[in-house]
Amino acid sequence: MASNHKHGDPLPETVLRVKSLESLLIEKGLVEAEALDALIDRYENKVGPKNGAKVVARAWVDEEYRQRLLTDATAAVAEFGFTGAQGEELVAVENTDKIHNVVVCTLCSCYPWPVLGLPPVWYKSAPYRARVVREPRKVLEEFGTLLPDDMEVRVWDSTAETRYLVIPKRPKGTDGMDEEALAQLVNRDSMIGTREAGKLPVAEGT
Amino acid sequence: MQLDPALQAIDIPQDGDGPVFEEPWQAQAFAMTVKLNEAGQFSWSEWADVFGAEISADTASGHGVGNTAYYLCWLSALEKIVTQKNLLTTEQLSTRKAEWHEASEHTPHGQPIEIHKSRK
Repeated sequence: MASNHKHGDPLPETVLRVKSLESLLIEKGLVEAEALDALIDRYENKVGPKNGAKVVARAWVDEEYRQRLLTDATAAVAEFGFTGAQGEELVAVENTDKIHNVVVCTLCSCYPWPVLGLPPVWYKSAPYRARVVREPRKVLEEFGTLLPDDMEVRVWDSTAETRYLVIPKRPKGTDGMDEEALAQLVNRDSMIGTREAGKLPVAEGT
Repeated sequence: MQLDPALQAIDIPQDGDGPVFEEPWQAQAFAMTVKLNEAGQFSWSEWADVFGAEISADTASGHGVGNTAYYLCWLSALEKIVTQKNLLTTEQLSTRKAEWHEASEHTPHGQPIEIHKSRK
């Protein structure tokens, strides 16, 4: 970036390309500089997997909310004020004793931004996108998630129109915990389906 | 269909946290795309098609891992979609890039880089 460049050095090609797009789009009134800054701030500081963790914890303690989430996830997360700008539909898929769900976008990186923020590097990587479809159990093992042989694994391929949120299983021994404490157990990867809840504190999954 | 051996050889990155964007240009490219979509200049499906094609080509050439590779695909897709939608021309983009290049070469370190206001 500009702060790194030495006297007289040209800016890197990539930065020049981005500055060119930005300055032209601003001059033509197609985007506003302040709006770009506000959006970046939103994704860097405000939208993240803590949103999804609140949704999951509510579903664990409130059966009526769980039903609403499974029926119409877009509307159910909007109850928290989490809404998507891209007009996509959100679908919640629930892990049970018999079914484990895991989410991918084989095309690019479609991801439920309003509840999880932007995707981690591994989600965007070619090997994850290709392999989780073909050998989901092996990929899950690499994430430290070992599933019983009789567990059915369902892989959901996200699209521009449909994004998925996994509702992980509520960890055992959490009966007395309230919603706020439960939300701390819901890590980002558990809502993509590569890990289970309760394995990582949510702060590490941000 | 067999899995591409090139992909078998690459480990899935196991990043934990990390910043959302590694460099400011990545954030800017992201934000411009979302704002143009919100303004109705293109649908998110149209974006996903163009972006997906970039990713697919990048993967085929043996890349496809890491934030930088990802956002370079994003940037190429953004350049394509703004010209496809006649928001900007490739000529405008290349002229403007040359201007920024020129300005950055002639700006002493520590000064903000600006291109001539009269060009607007």
